[in-house]
Amino acid sequence: MTEANGHGNGNGSGGGTPHPGSGVEVQLTKKDFESDQDVRWCPGCGDYAILATVQGFMPELNVPRENIVFISGIGCAARFPYYMETYGFHSIHGRAPALASGLAVARPELDVWVVTGDGDALSIGGNHLIHSMRRNVNLTVLMFNNQIYGLTKGQYSPTSEIGKVTKSTPFGSTDYPFNPVSLALGAECTFVARTIDNDRKHLTDILRKAVAHRGTKFIEIYQNCNIFNDGAFDAVRDVRSGRGNRIYLEHGKPIRFGQGEDKGVVATGDGTLRIVDVEEVGEERLLVHDESALDATRAFALSRLAHTPTGPTPIGVFRSVQRPVYEDLVTQQVEMARERSGAGDLDKLLHAGETWTVS
Amino acid sequence: MAKAVQEIDQVVIRFAGDSGDGMQVTGDRFTNATAILGNDLATLPDFPAEIRAPAGSLAGVSGFQLHFADHDILTPGDSPSVLVAMNPAALKTNVGDLTAGGTLIVNEDVFDERNLAKAGYDANPLTDGSLAGYQVFQVPLNKLTLGAVDGVEGLNSKELLRSRNMFALGLLSWMFSRPTDGSEGWIQTKFGKNPAVAEANLKAFRAGVAFGETTEVFTQSFIVKPATLAPGTYRNVTGNTAISLGLVAASVRSGLQLVLAGYPITPASDVLQDLAQHKAFGIKTMQCEDEIASAGAALGASFAGSLGVTVTSGPGLDLKSETIGLAVSVELPMLILDIQRAGPSTGMPTKTEQGDLLHAMFGRHGEAPLPIVAPSTPADCFDMVIEGARLALKYRTPVIVLSDAFLATGSEPWKIPDAASLPDLTQAFSFATEQNADGEFWPFIRDPETLARPWAIPGTPGLEHRIGGLEKSDGKGDVAYDPENHHKMTLLRAAKIAGIAKDIPQAQAEDPDGDASVLVLGWGSTFGPIRAACRRVRKNGHKVAHLHLRHMNPFPSNLGEVLGSYKRVVVPENNLGQLLKLVRAEFLVDARGYHKVTGTPFKAAELESVLLEHLGEV
Repeated sequence: MTEANGHGNGNGSGGGTPHPGSGVEVQLTKKDFESDQDVRWCPGCGDYAILATVQGFMPELNVPRENIVFISGIGCAARFPYYMETYGFHSIHGRAPALASGLAVARPELDVWVVTGDGDALSIGGNHLIHSMRRNVNLTVLMFNNQIYGLTKGQYSPTSEIGKVTKSTPFGSTDYPFNPVSLALGAECTFVARTIDNDRKHLTDILRKAVAHRGTKFIEIYQNCNIFNDGAFDAVRDVRSGRGNRIYLEHGKPIRFGQGEDKGVVATGDGTLRIVDVEEVGEERLLVHDESALDATRAFALSRLAHTPTGPTPIGVFRSVQRPVYEDLVTQQVEMARERSGAGDLDKLLHAGETWTVS
Repeated sequence: MAKAVQEIDQVVIRFAGDSGDGMQVTGDRFTNATAILGNDLATLPDFPAEIRAPAGSLAGVSGFQLHFADHDILTPGDSPSVLVAMNPAALKTNVGDLTAGGTLIVNEDVFDERNLAKAGYDANPLTDGSLAGYQVFQVPLNKLTLGAVDGVEGLNSKELLRSRNMFALGLLSWMFSRPTDGSEGWIQTKFGKNPAVAEANLKAFRAGVAFGETTEVFTQSFIVKPATLAPGTYRNVTGNTAISLGLVAASVRSGLQLVLAGYPITPASDVLQDLAQHKAFGIKTMQCEDEIASAGAALGASFAGSLGVTVTSGPGLDLKSETIGLAVSVELPMLILDIQRAGPSTGMPTKTEQGDLLHAMFGRHGEAPLPIVAPSTPADCFDMVIEGARLALKYRTPVIVLSDAFLATGSEPWKIPDAASLPDLTQAFSFATEQNADGEFWPFIRDPETLARPWAIPGTPGLEHRIGGLEKSDGKGDVAYDPENHHKMTLLRAAKIAGIAKDIPQAQAEDPDGDASVLVLGWGSTFGPIRAACRRVRKNGHKVAHLHLRHMNPFPSNLGEVLGSYKRVVVPENNLGQLLKLVRAEFLVDARGYHKVTGTPFKAAELESVLLEHLGEV
């Protein structure tokens, strides 16, 4: 594995985890990442599919299990670390990015994942999320968006659509929702992607791209809550009818979608994007997706194609750019201080400044 | 003609001026010159929260009080005998504290109609006879300063006038026979980047010294001989500096990387700023997006195997409570420094108070006990931070250190310890490396002695485990809702903290004759005023004992016994009786409180009269 792969590998053992005592390297499998805990989500919850996909992807990481940490806050999604046979910390509501930032600063070689939901990340934890993004802490953030509060049994969330009738909004929500991808881009996130719980292949592909990136990786995952918000994402998630609304973003390719790829995206004069019939405008006018554009303007415009996923909605990597990583800069300052003045000498420090001696 | 030099045993000086007059820096410098001379000293800075309140206003007055002596002293002094007032507002707000017959030095140049009006004077106090009870020296500070800096190029007269605090420093340095070399060197260093400013300040300082020596205004100067201090090398430290040094020492002596996460807040920001200077020790600092995040980052760092520290004041402690509760639940080491200030809410950010004891004790939902330690003096902050770190590491628990604004900004001479003589914190912990339960790792199997759980850090093969805020099964640590298990775990967490009483010093009252009937019980920054009051009472032939707590939770195991052995227990606090409530509840002792929340420390004379009253009753 190379340095460019965003994942630390503390002991350099590479392809497998040395089992304690055995000294033999074994190629890990999905099973090695399943903890002994009973999974306790509601039957039919989209979280199961995400868990299975992440566990299935883990061996590909080539990082020993002991160097992986999953941190979560509170909510249905936040139970995730209990089910992963890695180090894990189920913390408090919204605070996972804060704990994860401290962990990453303390031990930059660890591979730190944050699992969160729309309420956890965007409501109570909004501040920590945006600040971890602007700092570019090396975290893989999986945000399960189900547009509802599940664990508290069905109140509207910061991604619920306006007018939504829930237990706490019997006359409909009066809150305008966040578009999580727009928010992440506005918060200077260096890797921003969106995927869907039941699209294992696409989710795996996004994970693969994310872990190759060093910095904050924000992945919004449309996740169906079949109890309190069933079908919220049907317009794009439904295996049959949703396909046509998925605007798959592929770096370097013209943005096309729909049955027979008959639709496309073009730029307009005012900087916004528009959905067109490819036949009408001609293929050459289609926007070519460039996830590596340093300026986030185009990525933001893409995120505005669908504020809520009720029609054609971009899926994939919106943005993937390089910027110095927070904990690397913090570590560099420590190293520079040591180069400048040598390792700290406590006696010298205690005697610094004006002193006098009594004999 | 050489002027007379009178030897005195102690003096209390207060510098007072506008927030922009540089009174804190003047006081600091005078303090350092005094410290180097070997006097014992204690300081009390007093400044408004506003950075620059309107010039000349009463609200904008900033003061710095310094008490120094040829003997061991305990407080910054009840009232100054020398007051330097840089403007009418400073005079008005401070002259009431000046002792009768005290020395008053005023800058007469700024006693014009406009400034007098701003200070609310109807008549000029310099001429209306209202200052007749003091020895007044009217010094034309502006004129003299401008005269002294004549010829300094590149500064306008407003900028040149800023040096007048150095003129005052020079004058006071002469008056109290302070050495001038150190101050001159300090001016060069401080303003070295701007040679014109350095030159102006140096000239003003020298002119101040010369003014004292040569003019006939002052007929004599004073000398305060060095105090008899134990042999050793000393420096002057504020409480906040001592905390910073204590943190670095805790990192070095534990061999752990220290991660300090904070958010700027008065009066705690110094610690974050200081630690950011000490990166050569491998220390990492984070200025987080808020108080909550900084607690979270500290706990995340502790989970990673570092010494996680967060520093704040009361409003920040409110916000960190949630994370501290999590730290109690997951049983990880963490150090929380609370530099208390007057509350509630924003309160008085620069003023002292001891209002957070019950918050530290109980300010979390559920049963969430944790150790609390409280330094007694600025220098004691160093030791108590190391003690806090020891308890956190040994018992895998968050620990709150309660300092306050009085300790944080006040200073005293500190005998510098040898690093090698400091507690060896590597003895307090070790990281788990082995599975502990038949081929598995159970994160909540406890050490039978300390009841601490293993600290297994990421990167350790075979010990992968999950922790969290949900209740855990005893031993294995799985999520558990079993009623009996929750009861047991709650008791275990409580027993772990209570057991620390075996690991801290016994309470020992200072009771010179051993037969006093009144005991004064204190904690934190009231140490100096209480001890000074006890000395006064004893000087008058009475007997009184003093016990000062540094461990607030758990209490020393013999505390109940000690309290029970006195007829009367008096608990003075800068709150409305928080320790009082704890000892009454814990030991059924009929302790009496004495409370003051003025944002200023107790005065020794005030406590003396309180004690005399109690002595009269028993």
